[in-house]
Parts: sequence; C-alpha cells; structure tokens
Amino acid sequence: MISPNLTRAFRVWQRNFTVYTKLYLSSLALNFVEPILYLAALGIGLGAFVKEINGVPYINFIAPGIIASSSMFAAIYECTYGTYVRMTFQKTFDAILATPVNVDDLIAGELMWGATKSMIYGTIIMIVISVFGLVDSSLVALAIPLLFISGLVFAEISLIFVAIVPGIDSFNYFYTLLMTPMFLFSGIFFPLDNLPPVVVKIAFFTPLYHLVNICRSFASGHLAAPMKDIAWIIVIALLLAPCPFVLMRKRIMK
Amino acid sequence: MRIIYCFMPQSSGEVSVFGVDVTQEPSKIKARIGVMPQEDNLDPDLNALENLIVYARYFNIPRRGALLSASNLLQFVQLEGKMKAKIGNLSGGMKRRLILARALINNPELLILDEPTTGLDPHSRHTVWDKLKQLREKDTTLVLTTHYMEEAEKLCDRVAIMDGGKIVTIDSPSSLMQLHGGNLEDVYLKLTGKGLTVT
Repeated sequence: MISPNLTRAFRVWQRNFTVYTKLYLSSLALNFVEPILYLAALGIGLGAFVKEINGVPYINFIAPGIIASSSMFAAIYECTYGTYVRMTFQKTFDAILATPVNVDDLIAGELMWGATKSMIYGTIIMIVISVFGLVDSSLVALAIPLLFISGLVFAEISLIFVAIVPGIDSFNYFYTLLMTPMFLFSGIFFPLDNLPPVVVKIAFFTPLYHLVNICRSFASGHLAAPMKDIAWIIVIALLLAPCPFVLMRKRIMK
Repeated sequence: MRIIYCFMPQSSGEVSVFGVDVTQEPSKIKARIGVMPQEDNLDPDLNALENLIVYARYFNIPRRGALLSASNLLQFVQLEGKMKAKIGNLSGGMKRRLILARALINNPELLILDEPTTGLDPHSRHTVWDKLKQLREKDTTLVLTTHYMEEAEKLCDRVAIMDGGKIVTIDSPSSLMQLHGGNLEDVYLKLTGKGLTVT
C-alpha cells in the first residue's frame, strides 16, 4: 500500500521550497539564459532562413515549445541530480526519516516539488516569451496547471532512475539517451509530420511531445485541439505514480 | 538502533517502542523520540538555525514555538553565536552539538544516540557528555551505543555488552565491575573473550 500523508509530504516540499527561495535569484537568472539562447540562436538565427512553419513565423513556432522544454529540464534536473544528492551525499533523507515523516511522505514531497519547480520554470518562460510578443493568445496561461501535471510525469520518471542508478555518473545515460532525443524530436523545432512515421510513433510515447502540442495549441488560442494530449499526460501521471514509491522504498531501506 | 527509530523493519521478532509496534505506527513513535545519528546529516543547504526550524516542521511544530525552542536549544548546546553559520563552517564538535539540539527539537521522551562522541577531541567529547548528563537529570531516557567504555561508565545507569549481535550481559556499570573486576573496559574484554592473552 502506498499511503503518503499529505501534511508530512508538504513538509518535505516545504524544505525544498525554503532552500530554493534562499538561492532562487541566482538559479532563476541562470535558468533564464538557456531558453533565451535557444530562442535567439534558433528563432532569430535559423529563423532568418526558415521564415515560416505552417504559416507561423519561425521564432513564434518554437517559442511555446521552449516553455515545455524548460519545464521538463527543471523537473528532471531537480529530481535526478537534486534528489540523488539529497539522498546520498547530503544524507538529508536519513535525517528526515528519523522524524514522523515516512518514506512514502518523503517521495510524495519530492515528486510534488519536482512538479512545482517544473511549473514555476515553465511559467517564467511563458511570461518572458509573452513579453517578447511571441504568443498569440493569452489562453496560453491555461497551460500552467498542465505544466504541473507533466512536471509530475518528468519527476516520476526521474525518481525511477534515481532508485535504480548505481551512481551519479549514470544520469548521463538518462540525459543523453532519453532527455536530449526527447528535446530534439518532440516537435519543438520542426513539425514531425515530414519525418518517417516511426518518429511520430516513438514521439507519441514521450511526455514532452504531448506537452509541446498543448503549449503550442494554447498559445495560438486553440483549446480543444490538444484534448488527447492532455488525457495522455494525466493518464500517464497516474499510471507511473506507484513506480517511484515502490522502487525508492527499496533503494532507501537498503 | 535503526529498527528502534523505525528506519528499517526488523528481520525477525517483534520490536515495540512505548508499547507501539514499530511496523504499525512509525510516525507516532518517531514523534516522541529524538535521534542523534552516527554520521553528520545536517542539512548543508540551510544554516544552523534553519536546520532546527525546518526540522521542527517535520514534527508539525508551529513556527513560533519552533523559533523559541530552537534558540533555547542553541543556547543549551552553546551555539547561540552560530545561529547564521553555514554547516560547512562548523567544527566537528559543533556539528555534533547542533545534531544534539536538532534531536531535542520535539522535546523527546526518548533520545537515541548512535556513538554520539565518535571522532571528537576530548574537549568536545566532555561538552557533549555534560549536555547528556543534564538531559538525564531532567528525566529524559537515553539509549546510546558506544565503543568507549569510559563513555558508558560515565553516562549509563545500565550497560548491555553486546557481541555478535547478542546481549552478553546487562547490568549497572558498578555491579558489572564489582562482579568481574577491573574497569568497564576489562569487563568488556573478559566477557566478549577478546582480551589479548599472551602465552
């Protein structure tokens, strides 16, 4: 039985939030840089050659996708590297588990925090690209709660890896073999329609592909279009949920 | 030790703390105990005071109460001047004392100490001993493991000598010494059969 207590899970979330608010200025500033670089280099640089995709200026085409990828990176880094450091080097988990907080509460707190951070980072990029006038519709704001749910999916996948990796270096496999291909082939930089159909089939199984569809549709004011993508993300978030609990319990109790 | 503070389930038998089975309601047990682990697991992302405040939150202690007991405890362990100090800048002895303060944040009825003074210099060790004696006088139950027989002799009302995971004997230090002769270290060596015999 997986039975996290919400109050105690919140305390774990709150610990991470407290640490984050101590450092947020520096970390926020840094996390701005990467998405802005992608927008500038590809949107403006490549955009000079690729004028339009599906009738949309190239930089406007990729901007909503950058919201999705920023929120993905935030959840994944937090719940792989961050969680792993707390669990092993800092022994933060050992200290927490000597209090009324139990292992399920702890994992739930980490997942919730990963999802929250995903939402924060996605939202900030959303604000930035809106300020630059790169979104057509303010309905894009409706994607914010979905950033939380997809953030949860990324956090769940990350914690599954944390539970099974032998050491911190192993995360490179995860980043190189899963995260980077997902980033490149989820329709952020080009539509997948012209690629071999197998690419779309594979992309269908990745959360980022669906999140990009959602952000892009909402940014252009089409709310109904990505219903299937929304359903996909919610279902996967629920289906994956037990895995990090079962695997992390084994890892932590070892 | 880890079984008593509900970190790991026991491999066999039954363990209960305050009459509650450790596998049944671990949170209820853990709310009433304090743990001073062997390794330093202070939160390096937080300063000394924040370590105590954030820890108090895990026990659902309201912020005002937490602030008050945190500053009292920092005073108790003589770290009132180090409130804002980074964990990395504290000496080994200071870290141990801060961990002791953290273990006391929920005003525990039972304090579990896993080798509380291992690796400390004599001065720091005596400071920690003083604090533990003060707690004992305030009727906090202490359960500690140690490799230092001097520590056991100074702090404990009852000593269990364990060998290979089994309790060899359990009694007060004075009666153990009377019965077997020598100091507690001699008793330990004699009972566990690990005295060096030169022939």
